[in-house]
Amino acid sequence: MFDFSTFLDLPFIWGALIALAIFLYVLLDGFDLGVGIIFPFAPSEKCRNRMMNSVVPFWDGNETWLVLGGGGLLAAFPLAYAILLPAFYMPIIMMLLCLIMRGVAFEFRFKSEGKARALWDYAFHFGSLGAAFMQGVILGAFVQGVNVTGRNFSGGPFDWASGFSMMTGIAVVFGYALLGSTWLIMKTEDITQVWARKVAAYVLAFVGIAMILVSICMPLIHEHIRHFWFSLPNFYYLLPIPLCTLGLFILLWHDLYRAHQEYRPFFLTLAIFSMGYLGFGLSIYPWMIPFHYTLTEAAAAGPSLSLLLVGVVPLLPLILGYTAYSYYTFRGKSDHEHTY
Amino acid sequence: MIEGLWLKTNNRHYYEIYKLWIKIFAVAFGMGVVSGVVMSYQFGTNWSVFSDRVGNVIGPLMGFEVLTAFFLEASFLGIMLFGWGRVSPRMHFIATIIVAIGTLISAFWIISANSWMQTPQGFEIGLDGRLYPTNWQEIIFNPSFPYRFLHMVTAAYLTSAFVIGGVGAFYLWNRRHRPQAKIMLSMATLMALFVAPIQVFIGDLHGLNTLEYQPAKIAAMEGIWDTEKSAGLRLFAIPDQKNEMNHYEIVIPHLASLILTHSLEGEVKGLKEWPKEDRPPVAWVFFAFRIMVGIGFLMITIGLISTVYYFRGKLFESRPLHAWWMLMMPSGFIALLAGWFVTEIGRQPYTAYGVIRTAESVSPAIIGPQVAWSLLAFVVMYTLVFGAGSYYILKLIYKGIPKGDQHV
Repeated sequence: MFDFSTFLDLPFIWGALIALAIFLYVLLDGFDLGVGIIFPFAPSEKCRNRMMNSVVPFWDGNETWLVLGGGGLLAAFPLAYAILLPAFYMPIIMMLLCLIMRGVAFEFRFKSEGKARALWDYAFHFGSLGAAFMQGVILGAFVQGVNVTGRNFSGGPFDWASGFSMMTGIAVVFGYALLGSTWLIMKTEDITQVWARKVAAYVLAFVGIAMILVSICMPLIHEHIRHFWFSLPNFYYLLPIPLCTLGLFILLWHDLYRAHQEYRPFFLTLAIFSMGYLGFGLSIYPWMIPFHYTLTEAAAAGPSLSLLLVGVVPLLPLILGYTAYSYYTFRGKSDHEHTY
Repeated sequence: MIEGLWLKTNNRHYYEIYKLWIKIFAVAFGMGVVSGVVMSYQFGTNWSVFSDRVGNVIGPLMGFEVLTAFFLEASFLGIMLFGWGRVSPRMHFIATIIVAIGTLISAFWIISANSWMQTPQGFEIGLDGRLYPTNWQEIIFNPSFPYRFLHMVTAAYLTSAFVIGGVGAFYLWNRRHRPQAKIMLSMATLMALFVAPIQVFIGDLHGLNTLEYQPAKIAAMEGIWDTEKSAGLRLFAIPDQKNEMNHYEIVIPHLASLILTHSLEGEVKGLKEWPKEDRPPVAWVFFAFRIMVGIGFLMITIGLISTVYYFRGKLFESRPLHAWWMLMMPSGFIALLAGWFVTEIGRQPYTAYGVIRTAESVSPAIIGPQVAWSLLAFVVMYTLVFGAGSYYILKLIYKGIPKGDQHV
């Protein structure tokens, strides 16, 4: 039995890897959920076909990162998996139901017409909206912490529902809508793009408000977070994060009104998400189950983490490689024709 | 495979068949993806104690499934479905092969994890009651894994063969797409002729393996209560769990011993060897097993008859035979489900056989009503999704091959 835990900080490495998987999920599925959120507001049926075609080769690959997040959590942090998932039972089940609804809508929509198609359009929209909202709720509830006795969740079925988690839910909906609309600026042209620019500008304002509100609430939730951000000299080291975010907002705002900037808005949005995620990650570290168990305490046994690491080191670059190849294959603007 | 044939022969018919089935595959795959996402979370939401205790052992197996298979399938599926004209035909063919390999790897890991739960080994139980791995080879290649894997993969091929054959028969019945339908039906006949008997053989090996490691499951499959020498095969019976006996038995003497021990006088352990609380629900296992085996032999029969008809030149003409093929379309799915019923219900009352009981595995904080509403929600959702999915698949089949698709 090989075990690297003698010379590697495996829990930390795995914490970072899972954080990366979830982050990639948020960025990648974020834009296709976002497309779903703004879907019914598009100006025409042709636009909607175009929007759908722009995400259809990617969505199942994107969702696989979520499976990796779940599977990875089970493998690397079984205790966190066993406490957090029952704690967020209801939002997780709702999220899954929403994801099923929108996932099948992709295929079924193309195969139906008239009223049935309108029905699947709504399934796609409300599925995306619900899944995004629930993900935000889970994020908020996670930061607030859960009730734990021993190695089990010991709270009630509605513990996750709080003002803060509702707010993060709404924040994520707007965030994804921004990702979705800037994705569309990149992948479409003519009226669809003009419309996507309007949506992005509108949504951007709400994303800004939401980010400010969440930033105000976070330090109020727990002493640990407040201390981390506002003690000296931490305060000066961390100042670049909010300043960068502000700069990115201003740049993005300008780009939305410059017709020749088709690609940059999407990547600026990705950068804004990175900043937000970084803020969250730093606030939570080193907790795995906030304020009960740290990464090390919740980790799986050394040999299990070692075996997984042996698998991940060659596979992750490979996965990223062919994911990139897939995006490269489907580069350029999407059209409204039936693609297969 | 069909795409390979097309590239080799450049026969348009193969291409058209491929295009038809790829649409059906896309619908089925979409449903598969969404139910896969659900599974990776249900272990935690509903089986948290189980996850915490065996996570060290089966967690990595699940992790590897996602890493080695899911991404491969998902990424190249995009190219396979939407990549016509964007990549070269060669690259497209490679993508198709990769998707096929991905599904096999995926089956490898998930069956390995499941088999470990049936025949656990290669671990030790720590002081905290959690399981710690000691030997990965023993864990991954646990005793029931090779048999279950082969049995499942073969079952999947047979299932698709009968769906394809059924669709071919349907077109012949309606006198549409004759050349393509002939190819489909011939391929299915070939599969049924060769693969179905192989499957029975693998199933037999799998059964012997189960007899060695999970004799209680075999006893339930055969409906045997008292340990018997030269046990008879119960063709039909109604097992009665409470009174520990069968009603209305129809028995063929010696046959169960012959199959299980390969000797007429061999001893087969009966259910009474185990305390009542360690026995699986007998009737479920008993009937599911009979349904599975019955369909298996029906498949062999159809394969044989079709071959005979083929050599007499009547395979593409005989309407009764086509009707049989159409009837058999869902048979593979039914047999597959029945088989899983046998193995999963047969290992009750354990989740990891002999190690952790099902009742101990559940999430303590998740109480009745929550399980009830979520189960109900999933039942409704899956019924809707699979109902709509089947509807669209049938519609695709009914529409058939579009005329003048020049998109080569």
